[in-house]
Amino acid sequence: MTDMTATGRRLPDRLDNPIKSAVMSWESLLVLVALGIFIANSFASPYFLNEWSLSDLTFNFTEKGLIALAMALVIITGEIDLSVASIIALASTLMGLALQYGADTPTLVAVGVGVGVLCGAFNGFLVTGLKLPSIVVTIGTMSLFRGIAFIILGDQSFKGYPKDFSWFGQGYVVWVISFELVLFLVAAMVFYVLLHHTNFGRRVFAIGNNATAARFSGVRVDRIKFVLFCLTGLMSGIAAVLLTARLGSTRPSIAEGFELDVVTMVVLGGVSILGGAGSIIGVVLAALIIGLVTFGLGLLNVPGIVMTIFTGTLLIVVIALPILWKMFKERRA
Amino acid sequence: MNRLLKSRELWLALAILAVIALVTWRFPRFAQPSNLLTIFNDTSILMMLALGQMAVILTRSIDLSVASNLALTGMLVALTNAAFPFIPVPLLIAGCVVVGAGLGAFNGLLVWKLNIPPIVVTLGTLTIFRGLAFVASGGTWVNAAQMSQDFIQLQRGTLLGLPVLSWFAIVVAALVYLLMTRTPWGRAFYAIGVNPVAAVYTGINVGRTKFLAFVLSGALSGLAGYLYVSKYVIASTESAGGYELTVVAACVIGGVSIAGGIGTVGGAILGALFLGVVNNALPVIGVSPFWQMAISGLAILLAVVLNATSERSKGRIILKKAEVAA
Repeated sequence: MTDMTATGRRLPDRLDNPIKSAVMSWESLLVLVALGIFIANSFASPYFLNEWSLSDLTFNFTEKGLIALAMALVIITGEIDLSVASIIALASTLMGLALQYGADTPTLVAVGVGVGVLCGAFNGFLVTGLKLPSIVVTIGTMSLFRGIAFIILGDQSFKGYPKDFSWFGQGYVVWVISFELVLFLVAAMVFYVLLHHTNFGRRVFAIGNNATAARFSGVRVDRIKFVLFCLTGLMSGIAAVLLTARLGSTRPSIAEGFELDVVTMVVLGGVSILGGAGSIIGVVLAALIIGLVTFGLGLLNVPGIVMTIFTGTLLIVVIALPILWKMFKERRA
Repeated sequence: MNRLLKSRELWLALAILAVIALVTWRFPRFAQPSNLLTIFNDTSILMMLALGQMAVILTRSIDLSVASNLALTGMLVALTNAAFPFIPVPLLIAGCVVVGAGLGAFNGLLVWKLNIPPIVVTLGTLTIFRGLAFVASGGTWVNAAQMSQDFIQLQRGTLLGLPVLSWFAIVVAALVYLLMTRTPWGRAFYAIGVNPVAAVYTGINVGRTKFLAFVLSGALSGLAGYLYVSKYVIASTESAGGYELTVVAACVIGGVSIAGGIGTVGGAILGALFLGVVNNALPVIGVSPFWQMAISGLAILLAVVLNATSERSKGRIILKKAEVAA
């Protein structure tokens, strides 16, 4: 599906003109968009500029944002994982099942995170071991994982999670700063260093730019892709713990449609869906933007489904704008 | 003979027959012609969507907005019918096709003129179209009482023993078959999927061909919008929710390669039928509906594994066929 042949790669001009390229970068465009929405929000609703309200805002993107960090790496290598929301559903269901057998909080967390990693490893095995296209594999496992959750739960739900477990989704570290936000920021820093300052990160970019060349220069392409799928699984498992703790219950339909929001965050963050380019800062900003949009519209009582018009339009417009601008400049020159 | 044995359509048809035979072994009434016709009828809408999706996937693109397109056009046509019941249904159907094609053209233009990757474009329009369906209806449903009798009954009528809905699928399949095998457009879809660079050198406009594929997919989604709404006699924002991936799955099971350039009309139809037969068989053999999702997931994975093993040697199918003929 990725069209490798039709698009040529161009070298970045950040080496020639660092200041200009920093000002003109994707990230500064995102900062502008975020500021614009923030200002619009504060004018649109009197309830917006309030520390608790701003704190609530973060819950709109932390869980999806955590997955988006790992998804960014997967997409940079030219793969995709559409099963993340179903991994949340399965992990959450099995946590609920463990709860029925009297599991304590550490066990619950271990189950959630462990199931996430296992699901990710299964995806990774199908993609790298059997050499299957990831978009189809994860469409399949998307039905499979959520299907298993439906088999276990039917139309029931699991409730009664222990108090100290709910802290993961409802607790605050200091004042209005929630545990979820702290975890998201820490994870963002870890992924930033991993992608931009380690050999592993350089290899991820190398695979996305040219997997064959990367293989010939000694990069173990399959192993890295496998690790990345495990990593999205891990982040989905963590998101499952947070979401289950926040909602206090498990339903098989939990986190439905998350996968598209996560991919939207990653693509809006400037990660090329064709692979080979992207930054963690962009993804964090995009997560913040989506949070701002949904929260702001929520304050205005806009129904959830109408919000999707805004996020969808935002995705297309933000991506189309630089292209239109470039066409406009070329026409004048 | 050898080629026949290697043909994916044959194996898929055998797999469908095997499922039917297995279920019939325990529940003889399953294989009654009337039941089989019902299954075909139930699968008609999926078939049409899969045919449109196939054209898009052949060109190395993907259209994730088909189900939202269906929901939006279905909602619009139902609202129109509720407000102006005197408008003849054929006119409404034509309107659906035009609106659907217009939505597809919007996708296609973004892909063609701005070169935005199809998955990003249709991910955006997936949410936009469904949101617009909500805006158009104000969040309410259009139910049977509000629809006119002609509107509901048209696709239920029978012609030569088959429901009109099935005839829609048959006619669409025949037209898409002719388009794919007998016109330069069809050849262009395959050509840019197999090798876009070579296609440019042979004078094919890659962008415009992709645009056409999206228009076709959109037009069929629009048609499906009317059929879906009048079949289930309800138009809601949630119509066909999450269906886009089922449509892609039908294509993949039918042997359409997600990498582009490989796929046949027969394959896409059989892929859709396979999902239809399995989904109809599960309740009959007493499997709870909760199993359905996991089983279709497994079927998709199995199909991809089979695809991958059979595709590996198929690098240049067109030339191989030519060699055999020579």
